[in-house]
Amino acid sequence: MKPRSRRDTWRLLVLIAPSLFWLLIFFLVPLVMVLVISFGQRGTYGGIVWDFTLSNYARFFDPLYLRIFGRTAGIALATTVICLVGGYPMAYFIATRPPRWRNTLLLLLMIPFWTNFLIRTYAWLLILRDQGLVNMVWTGAVHNLFLHLATAYPAATLFSSLAGLTSVPLELFGTNGAIIVGLVYAWLPDMVLPCYAAIERLDFSLVEAAQDLYANRVKSFLRVVLPLTMPGLVAGSVLVFIPALGAYVTPDLLGGAKSIMIGNVIYSQFMSARDYPFGSAISFVLMAIMLIATLIYFRLGSD
Amino acid sequence: MSEHAVELVRVDKHFGTVVAVDTVSLSIRNGEFYSLLGPSGCGKTTTLRLIAGFEMPTAGQVYIDGELQGETPPYRRPVNTVFQNYALFPHMSVFQNVAFGLEMRHVSKEVIQHSVFEVLEMVQLPGMERRRPGQLSGGQQQRVALARALVNHPKVLLLDEPLGALDLKLRKAMQLELKALQERVGITFIYVTHDQEEALTMSDRIAVMNKGQVLQIGTPEEIYERPASRFVADFIGETNFLEGKVAAVRNGEVAVEIGDALLVYAPLERDAVVGDTVVIAVRPEKISLSTTPEDPRALPGVVREVVYVGTDTRYLAELAGQVTVMVREQNLAEETARRLSAGTAVYVCWQPQSARLLRG
Ligand SMILES: Nc1ncnc2c1ncn2[C@@H]1O[C@H](COP(=O)(O)OP(=O)(O)O)[C@@H](O)[C@H]1O
Ligand SMILES: [Mg+2]
Repeated sequence: MKPRSRRDTWRLLVLIAPSLFWLLIFFLVPLVMVLVISFGQRGTYGGIVWDFTLSNYARFFDPLYLRIFGRTAGIALATTVICLVGGYPMAYFIATRPPRWRNTLLLLLMIPFWTNFLIRTYAWLLILRDQGLVNMVWTGAVHNLFLHLATAYPAATLFSSLAGLTSVPLELFGTNGAIIVGLVYAWLPDMVLPCYAAIERLDFSLVEAAQDLYANRVKSFLRVVLPLTMPGLVAGSVLVFIPALGAYVTPDLLGGAKSIMIGNVIYSQFMSARDYPFGSAISFVLMAIMLIATLIYFRLGSD
Repeated sequence: MSEHAVELVRVDKHFGTVVAVDTVSLSIRNGEFYSLLGPSGCGKTTTLRLIAGFEMPTAGQVYIDGELQGETPPYRRPVNTVFQNYALFPHMSVFQNVAFGLEMRHVSKEVIQHSVFEVLEMVQLPGMERRRPGQLSGGQQQRVALARALVNHPKVLLLDEPLGALDLKLRKAMQLELKALQERVGITFIYVTHDQEEALTMSDRIAVMNKGQVLQIGTPEEIYERPASRFVADFIGETNFLEGKVAAVRNGEVAVEIGDALLVYAPLERDAVVGDTVVIAVRPEKISLSTTPEDPRALPGVVREVVYVGTDTRYLAELAGQVTVMVREQNLAEETARRLSAGTAVYVCWQPQSARLLRG
């Protein structure tokens, strides 16, 4: 880059001043507050005692919290992988349609997200719970089918055991699986959009060049399309992984006592335990982990 | 081995209602430097893509080395392409780009190493193996694209306006180099260009296309000296078109009246009867001007414009106040160069066999 003149520097400062100011007030100041609080101690009746301590950070490494964090990371990772496996082909499909179709398809992708997030998550609750839509079909139509088959073919024991299996509802609600379903649903567009942008920018004559050089469809995808759209894939993964790691509403509504995530722990520290310092410390650890994970991921993606 | 490297038999390609390629038949011999020449949008690229396998014909057959291609995908055809925009893989080094085709065919590492260095030597790009395409000049990228295709020793090399993006001087140099390279490796080249001079310089044979159709196939000399249609005569080089009616046919010659009592002659190369509307085409360099009527058929005229263009001088001469023809006279040694000035009365004439009789 060319060296800037002093006047250019001033112009730049003036231009970025509003956003700098915004970041300062709404991001940096609260962040510093959280950091400071994380080194304090909980007072007997809630409140904060300003006594410098690292004990809040030490407490995070308690096996109880480590286990919750491990589960959280696992759920976030699974969410990201599923979004990737489902979202990339979707993005590829949209990006390879004729231009006039693309915006319509993108719009269709976005429309569900005009509904409030809470409502949509509640909808999943209605689908997944014991008396929900899935189990209505499972213990209803599917169960009746096997009952019918079992009476028609009494010799085939398979049908009677399947009829027995379908007589009780599936345990979907309150599991890690339910949370993952909710998170995938919530964050899929954040995967599709950056992938779409990358694929749409791809020069498809490069794919033809690869095929001209004896690469079949799979090989030309792996050697040309995938590496060249990697930035979109990396961006999408980060955009899904980070909110999934900090998820609170989804596990709160769709998860049970056994599938609590770190976001719920932070929430309960602030709202029920009134342990602001510990809640702040967990928040900070989470933030540090996200930052490190993102940096590593971008580094990997850029090679 | 088939005598023909590539054959197209009555091939059509439609895109919706657009007829990009219209009943095209070509027979391209082994080792030939064959050009597809025509204005932009005439279907050259589509024809090339039909051979490469990126498009499938709407009707007709494509044969490569005697084998009917049908729906054979590009990666199973023994041809390689040098793309119009080069289409080099931006995320790979020059070495990886060139090695790609060999790698896909599971050639051993040592052979790849050897072949890549050899071909880079051949296209005069040694020492560039580790660079990325983005770090190369247009001319160097062009050479990488060439190397990437040539390293596979294809049956046929397809080149889509490969020199189009280069500046004039480099383009001229590359034309000669490409031609020499083709002769050395002996691979059949099918070369797409809209530049008639380029096609004339490089090709063994040329197929002139317009609006999806092949209008004429021939050697550069045939195409230039005996254009089969007004379009070909007009597209290749400069030509004077003299429109008129056939006044007489005799002794293998036609006399055409191009104005009031203005007769020109041409060999009778196609059927014509008295009264037909025809066009006589004469190249400007075949016409001579003299101040005295040396030839009984010379037409009287007046020089209207004189333009000096270095290698030659161009005159616009008006014949009997009715038709204007362009004349090109080579500038030989400076002292002997004769320069007629505007307003000079002249006699315009040409050898009868230099004129072409075309349909009106
Ligand atoms: N994929 C396509 N879809 C629709 N029309 C096309 C397509 N490819 C080429 N054409 C049309 O076919 C005609 C021939 O194009 P092309 O073969 O690229 O010409 P050239 O290479 O001679 O400039 C043009 O009218 C072009 O618009
Ligand atoms: Mg073209």
